[in-house]
Amino acid sequence: MDDFTSLFSEFDVLGAFWTNIQLTFFAAIVSLVVGTVLAVMRISPVPSLRWAGSTYVTLIRNTPLTVIIVFCVLGLWGQLGITLSSDFQRNFFWLSVLGLAVYHAAFVCEALRSGVNTVPVGQAEAARAIGLDFASSARLVILPQAFRGAVAPLGNVLIALTKNSTVAAAGSVAETSGLLRTMIENRPDLILAIFFIFAFGFVLIVVPIGLATTSLSRRLAVAR
Amino acid sequence: MTRLTHRPRRTAGAAALALAAALTLVACSSDDGDDGATGDGTGDGGTIRIGIKFDQPGLGFKDGDEYTGFDVDVARYVADKLGYSEDQIEFVESPSAQRETMLQNGQVDMIFATYSITDERKKVISFAGPYFVAGQDLLVAADDTSITGPEDLDGKNLCSVTGSTSAQRIKDDYAAGTQLLEQPGYSECVTALTAGTVDAVTTDDIILAGLAAIPANEGKVKVVGNPFSEENYGVGLPKDSDKCQAVTDAINAMLEDGSWQKALDDNVSASGYEPNADLNPPTPAACG
Amino acid sequence: MSGSVLFDAPGPRARRRMVWVNVAATVVVVGIAVYALVLLNRKGQLDSDLWAPLFTVSAWEDYFLPGLRQTLVAAGLSIVTAGVFGFVFGLGRLSASRTVRMVAGGVVEFFRALPVLIMMVFFYMAIPRLDLVSPQDLPLVSVVLGLTLYNGSVFAELVRSGVHNLPKGQREAALAIGLRRPQSLRLVEVPQAVIAMLPAIASQLVVILKDTALGAIITYPELLAAARRFGSGNGNILQALVVAAVVFIVINWLLTRLAEALAGRVGRRTAGKARAEAPSLVVTAGVDDQRP
Repeated sequence: MDDFTSLFSEFDVLGAFWTNIQLTFFAAIVSLVVGTVLAVMRISPVPSLRWAGSTYVTLIRNTPLTVIIVFCVLGLWGQLGITLSSDFQRNFFWLSVLGLAVYHAAFVCEALRSGVNTVPVGQAEAARAIGLDFASSARLVILPQAFRGAVAPLGNVLIALTKNSTVAAAGSVAETSGLLRTMIENRPDLILAIFFIFAFGFVLIVVPIGLATTSLSRRLAVAR
Repeated sequence: MTRLTHRPRRTAGAAALALAAALTLVACSSDDGDDGATGDGTGDGGTIRIGIKFDQPGLGFKDGDEYTGFDVDVARYVADKLGYSEDQIEFVESPSAQRETMLQNGQVDMIFATYSITDERKKVISFAGPYFVAGQDLLVAADDTSITGPEDLDGKNLCSVTGSTSAQRIKDDYAAGTQLLEQPGYSECVTALTAGTVDAVTTDDIILAGLAAIPANEGKVKVVGNPFSEENYGVGLPKDSDKCQAVTDAINAMLEDGSWQKALDDNVSASGYEPNADLNPPTPAACG
Repeated sequence: MSGSVLFDAPGPRARRRMVWVNVAATVVVVGIAVYALVLLNRKGQLDSDLWAPLFTVSAWEDYFLPGLRQTLVAAGLSIVTAGVFGFVFGLGRLSASRTVRMVAGGVVEFFRALPVLIMMVFFYMAIPRLDLVSPQDLPLVSVVLGLTLYNGSVFAELVRSGVHNLPKGQREAALAIGLRRPQSLRLVEVPQAVIAMLPAIASQLVVILKDTALGAIITYPELLAAARRFGSGNGNILQALVVAAVVFIVINWLLTRLAEALAGRVGRRTAGKARAEAPSLVVTAGVDDQRP
């Protein structure tokens, strides 16, 4: 038991989890915005926008996240010299947020398309019939219902994002998976306890998200 | 009505079948692998499973079906002395985070993988050796003369791998103003170094020498040659293994007959690297 | 294709405007790309001695193809087992029995919360104590188990939310023709839910394929690890990762198309109004629109 508590005093476990929560928070906001734009692009009247949207999803969704993060850090910063913050460490944080957001935007877009799938055609026909153009019918009729139908898949994306924020270790951000490795390196004798701590930490963060989105998706589901 | 009640059952049965098939597939393929870790005692007929790194050029590297590197050469020599011929050796990948687990679970018989002897590790496994004494050092651009040791790193950018303690040591003991980039592997660090976005890469000197010896990096980077720690590379063995003495004898033989020096020259000396002469060649410790 | 009900086919003025905007956007994008390439070239990242080794026979025979094979094996097994898991627990979450619902819900929420990587490492450490699997198969088994539990839970959740979003009339009609509730679920509701959730399901298939890359930490020799190893040995890790990414994109794109084709067949079989109604909003703008 002493060994167990010493893990917390020796390593900044809570700080590492806090970093993951921050990464998740910022990346979630950016990816929700970008993903919504992409989803609108993919159902828009302009062929080139539809093409751009689906190309983005095809390229980004199919690339491993580690590779995207590594390119953000070693490519954007390492080769092209792009910085998002004058502070050396903070720069990696924001580059990782960028990578996470770019990646998950593709999944948000697909989740929203799933949501759009749950909207009956009659809704769109009715919107057109009362004279709404594309922008208005998307904004006022389709997307609000699509978001409600997409709560569950969006919840899945948020959960995935929370856990994927650990990949930011590849972008030189001091978060849980890096700390996990450090702890195993230093205390191989306590490896099971170390795993337990991290598994428990994630269950603690993610289960509430899962329960919340599940109950939200039930409550918000459009009765049909 | 009868048809309606029967059909779904068939579907459920099909699902169960698919699951069973998948499980059998996994279970079946495990049957033929009983020749696993049987390398105890002498090497008559059996094989020995040796854990090495697969991704560290110059130390343990899997190139197609070939295994190369200093660790690999030492492993081959020791296995030979234990009575295993070349084709009785099965090399298994042992990444840093899994080494203790693999020994405890009997997935490997011994490990040669830049494995530093520490007290924490000795609680769960045993070591023979050391067969090499590495030291933490710096890799810098070939034309860089401003960095001669860890003290010069204040305000500079340093790269190391995620979870390693070596970079933290520099910040704590030598240059608090060092800016740290952590990457998944050393090769990523070298890329950042050759691009000029970091000034130095740090880890054990022999690992750096292995990276510097890659043809693509030749003439671009160099090891500083001022090691500032002592890492005793040992042979990882299961706790209280009966093979410790035999392995120690084999290492001693290798040090004496010149094979040890040759293995170093072949694998890591291309960039002009010389191991710390005060500590090398090492004297293997007695088995406990 | 102008089959969408969301808008009229654009007229001549709108089309002219689109052409100009497209030209401007293309110029901007190409400009940025060229500028980035110039910078990369200045850093020597486009040098042929960094790229040439990637297009040799040995690079593919010894690294990329064996890695790809392992990736496909693990992904194929995991997709089947995760599909079964998701179907079973998805039905469980929709069960009439409160106990079954609670148990299925608990399992799904728990495994959805655990990072796949931690599950894989845990199985890798725990399974040998049971002495069921030979050491050679241990990495594969751990990878498949970890992927199954996580992605199966995600599938289960998709099945559940898909069913909840179906028109009530579907279940009412099923019950009216004498099906019992579980039959209505299996035969009527879940198949339609799966079709409606197809984009999300396709995403998840892609995730399974890519997450095999997490197996690298427990020595599963998949594609990304092979690429990384090749890059380490040849001093061109960025270039090796680019090639791996391209391979991943192609394979995943094929996988998505396959999933869509399969779903199309299922959709034709269930026929009925659901198919004509549900996906049509998207299909015009999405799947069919991937012509260059």
